[in-house]
Amino acid sequence: MMPTVLGLGFASPALLLALVALPVLWLILRAIPPAPILRRFPGVALLIGLTDRDATTDRTPWWLLLLRILAVGAAILGFAGPVLAPDRAAVPGTGPLLILVDGGWADAPDWTRRAQAVNDLLAEAGRLGRPVAVVSLADAPQPVTFRAAEAQVGHAAALAPRGWLPGQDAAWIAALPDGGFETRWLSDGLDHPGKADLARALLTHGAVHVTEGGTSLVALKPPVFADGAITLAAERPLAGPETAVTVAAIGPDPSGSERDLAQLPLTFAAGATGAEGKLDLPPELRNRIQRFEILTAHHAGAVALTDDSLKRRKVALVSDAADKEGLQLLSPLHYLRNALEPSADLIEGGVSDVLPAHPDVIMLADVAQLTDLETQGLQDWVSKGGLLLRFAGPRMAAADPLRLADDPLMPVRLRGGGKTTGGAMSWGAPKQLAPFPAESPFHGLPLPDDLRVQTQVLAEPDAQLTARTIAALDDGTPLVTRKPIGQGQVVLFHVTANADWSNLPLSGLFVQMLERLAISSRPEDQAVNLAGQTFVPRQVLDGFGRLADAGALAGVAGEALAGALDAGPSPAVPPGLYATAERAVALNALGAKVSLQPAAWPAGVAVSGFTAEKPVDLKGFFLAAALALALVDILAALMLSGRLARGAGAALGLVLLLTLPVPQARAQETIIPPGTSAADARAIQATEGVVLAYVLTGDAAVDQVSEAGLKGLDDQLWARTAVEPLDPMGVDPAKDELAFFPFLYWPVTAEAPALDGATYEKLNRYLRNGGMILFDTRDGDGSSLDGSSPESQALQRIAAGLDIPPLEPVPSDHVLTRSFYLLQQFPGRYVGAPVWVEAAPPDAEQAKGMPFRNLNDGVTPVVIGANDWASAWAVDEYGAPLLPVGRGGAGETQREYAYRFGINLVMYVLTGNYKSDQVHVPALLERLGQ
Amino acid sequence: MNPAAFDLRSRAETLGAALPPLLAAADQLAATVILGEHGRRRAGMGDDFWQYRPAHAGDSARSIDWRRSARSDAHFVREREWQAAQAVTLWVDQGASMRFASAKGLPEKADRAQLLALALAILLLRAGERVGLAHPGEEPGEAIAPRSGRVQAQILAEALALRRTDADYAPPLTAGVEPRSLVVFLSDFLGDPAPVEAALAEVGARSARALMVQVLDPSETDFPFAGRVIFQSMAGSLRHETRQAGDLAQRYRDRLAERQDRLAMLARQSGGRFHVVTTDQPVTAGLQWLYHAVEGARG
Repeated sequence: MMPTVLGLGFASPALLLALVALPVLWLILRAIPPAPILRRFPGVALLIGLTDRDATTDRTPWWLLLLRILAVGAAILGFAGPVLAPDRAAVPGTGPLLILVDGGWADAPDWTRRAQAVNDLLAEAGRLGRPVAVVSLADAPQPVTFRAAEAQVGHAAALAPRGWLPGQDAAWIAALPDGGFETRWLSDGLDHPGKADLARALLTHGAVHVTEGGTSLVALKPPVFADGAITLAAERPLAGPETAVTVAAIGPDPSGSERDLAQLPLTFAAGATGAEGKLDLPPELRNRIQRFEILTAHHAGAVALTDDSLKRRKVALVSDAADKEGLQLLSPLHYLRNALEPSADLIEGGVSDVLPAHPDVIMLADVAQLTDLETQGLQDWVSKGGLLLRFAGPRMAAADPLRLADDPLMPVRLRGGGKTTGGAMSWGAPKQLAPFPAESPFHGLPLPDDLRVQTQVLAEPDAQLTARTIAALDDGTPLVTRKPIGQGQVVLFHVTANADWSNLPLSGLFVQMLERLAISSRPEDQAVNLAGQTFVPRQVLDGFGRLADAGALAGVAGEALAGALDAGPSPAVPPGLYATAERAVALNALGAKVSLQPAAWPAGVAVSGFTAEKPVDLKGFFLAAALALALVDILAALMLSGRLARGAGAALGLVLLLTLPVPQARAQETIIPPGTSAADARAIQATEGVVLAYVLTGDAAVDQVSEAGLKGLDDQLWARTAVEPLDPMGVDPAKDELAFFPFLYWPVTAEAPALDGATYEKLNRYLRNGGMILFDTRDGDGSSLDGSSPESQALQRIAAGLDIPPLEPVPSDHVLTRSFYLLQQFPGRYVGAPVWVEAAPPDAEQAKGMPFRNLNDGVTPVVIGANDWASAWAVDEYGAPLLPVGRGGAGETQREYAYRFGINLVMYVLTGNYKSDQVHVPALLERLGQ
Repeated sequence: MNPAAFDLRSRAETLGAALPPLLAAADQLAATVILGEHGRRRAGMGDDFWQYRPAHAGDSARSIDWRRSARSDAHFVREREWQAAQAVTLWVDQGASMRFASAKGLPEKADRAQLLALALAILLLRAGERVGLAHPGEEPGEAIAPRSGRVQAQILAEALALRRTDADYAPPLTAGVEPRSLVVFLSDFLGDPAPVEAALAEVGARSARALMVQVLDPSETDFPFAGRVIFQSMAGSLRHETRQAGDLAQRYRDRLAERQDRLAMLARQSGGRFHVVTTDQPVTAGLQWLYHAVEGARG
């Protein structure tokens, strides 16, 4: 480390020796008199012959000497490279040095600082020639060997926070080498299993310095879905003051791009280590959530991935028995309904009724007869990924086997009739289930002892039967079979969905089987649900909370995954998204049953925080001071010798004045008296003059273009017309008062939601009282206004509640075509899309001697178009066009016409149909003539 | 007229306009043969009619105004008013030492001296006196002879604007000084005093009187210098180096006072007066003194 003097460290302390020369400089400066000044003076004739009484000359004044000495001293100090508060934590030592980092995700928030600290330690150890070992405790334990610091630099550079927390600290004890060494432990401040033991073991080898991160870590627990709402819980290791964090639910929007679907603020009460909140979302939105994230926290613990457990499937139940009056408990759908209701959305009806609802699963309970149309529809639906679950029953058993054999929606061919065992008329006892085969999705589910199957439908034995059987009775006859069709599959339970043929629907196993088929999801009993299956990681989470493709990571046994879900991930089971063919399971960085605890260190461990203050390089400061002193010296020397002209001070002042920022000339500052509320201030600002306004869409890019567009139109209005608008303002029709604005530019985005009733009322009042809205769907490049584009649909959504009169495309004699410029078309960035205005009354007639009809009054309240005018108008801060229009000169002409349309429009807004009054000119002239 | 001369004259006119016409004193009035415009309010030699008086015994027959006498029985003599004009000769130092100003806002000494001289000349000319210049003008000759009339102001202005010497200190000139006239010297009198004494002796020899005005820069009266300084005369002929200019100040001021005493004595000896003006004073103060001095000299 660099040597320090009074808390200052110096990069090249040898230069400080030059300070010794300062007294010598003092003497030299004192000895040399200031240079004589040559003065013209007519009175010199009177001086001839006068001699100096004192032979010694004027000395340089002591304060000037001091100034010069200080300047030189500051320069010397500056070049010596002074650094304030160098890293004092780094104390030089001897012997081997062990650098420990926890390496878990808790290190991620301040990882750069930790990496820097490791590099500093390595650099210093390299200077002192100490052997070093760098160990990340989050990695699997391996023997620690000390090497030269240089050899460890690469290893240190490869360190990165892991997605899990270190959990095998105790195992590292065995990996420690013999002999004494010093330990520097860069801890994340959390307690991990075995941490204290490891610290004690390290103390037996030598001194242990712990540097703890000071960040306030906040981690997110896995989300839990219960009672129709998602419960989000956050945790922090240390109870501190009241803190608020925001959790964002992130997932793809309808267009497929990732965005915040919802946000939930969580507040830690003062002194509490946990915070909890409920997020209630519509199922469509909830099913889209891919992960939750604590905003502004960048570590894996702040990310909670979601899996099937948050999803509610849409399950359609279809049975033929609807017309059969019977006891409810005998209904083939009763048990299915009860099993699924808590965890899925149910639809009931006929096949043709439920198919348009796009269910995830369709269950056919004892449906044997399907029309060709229904079969075709179901087949299409299954091949697109649907899951068709069929249950046998008396009807299926009685159906024509030939017909059933042809049914493509049957996993296996059935034999006619069924098999009944254990009844009064049959041999043998009721059958039990055989253990599930390993490739079965049900593998690992425990078999209840009391399960009995009396009756079942039988499959024709053929080559594929074994492959298609996923559950069988102990006599080998298939109980559940399945067949993939396209991306989906058909699963057949060879028993009924009610308790007629077996007690399977009464058992817990039935629910678990449904879960394994991803029909329902329940977070409980994960251990059972996951057991026996192998989960392949699809995506893994790194320590910074970033998802990455898992690549070729090996699959994980369900039991290990279930353990990790509770205890948190480990090197063997990294956090991420695991999946089997049927289902996905999210493993989050923070285990469901893990709580964050601050680290407790055994006595003898020196604990310090990261140095809060960064070392400050003072070189620039000292050199600047030296320069300033030199400048002062120049001034002082000039002043002493009388050469400092009186004007110089004034000139200096002038220079300083010129460097001051000059307020913008055109800015029209509105003086707003203090104490005015924000709304009042806004009103004052909006009423200072004509203000064109645009509607804020919530899409920052669109809003920016709107503002720039109206700014460009403003500039053109200033330049060309008597209208001198102030800077445009953005308005939110739901919140802001609209009455101040004669004109609203409303760019319609595809995502624009419909408005609420109060807003519609406000907008209608605005339109009735003379306001005008220019709706711009900005899609005039093709789709135009035929209602097909998303923007047009959004416009229809918005306009539905507005009080808009019948519209027509702008007729050629409309005032808009001649309110300022004569225009035939109204291009923006696009040309050609029709522009719609209020339709003229049907009885309008051609005015005598005029090329237009006699249309009095009726200024249109809305103008609707698709030409993306704002983009054509938009200018940047220098007044240059922001976006390209068209191509070359033709494009610029188009932009000019776009401006002309804008000017015509504003004129129309401000003067109404004044131009239309020309029709009365002949009558007026005639009257004047009398 | 060249622009500098025009400028000088117009400024001098402005200054002169502030004073009433000046009656030049002339104690050698009787001896003056050339009559000026200003009558002495007594009968004497002149052009203007003064009065008719009855002829006394002893009046020559030629002096009787026969035209008037013919209207009555008595004889009348036509008397004319006695008019006299004094000659004033100006000398303005044209040396390089006069072209000095210690600060930007101050005029050069030469500037101030010329202005004073011409203002005085204009006042005198307005009062009908004759004013000349001891320097040669644009016309050949070693001096501009005293003449009266507005045109003379023009000639004087142009002559004063001429720059004649690059020497540091110019000796006073007495060319064209008429006997029993008034000479006005305007200079800093910082150079060798011997030519000044010689000039005043010459003035005395012609029974003329001398008004001496020393025009100084404030720095020449105060000597506000300190430190190591090399002083150099304007043309560079004299140099003096000192290490402690501040120490010289008192001795310099003593020498200056001594010089001024000597000049005052010289002026008194010729029946005139000595005065010091500095360029930081208002110029009217200097003119005021000159006005009174000329009046006083009239006695």
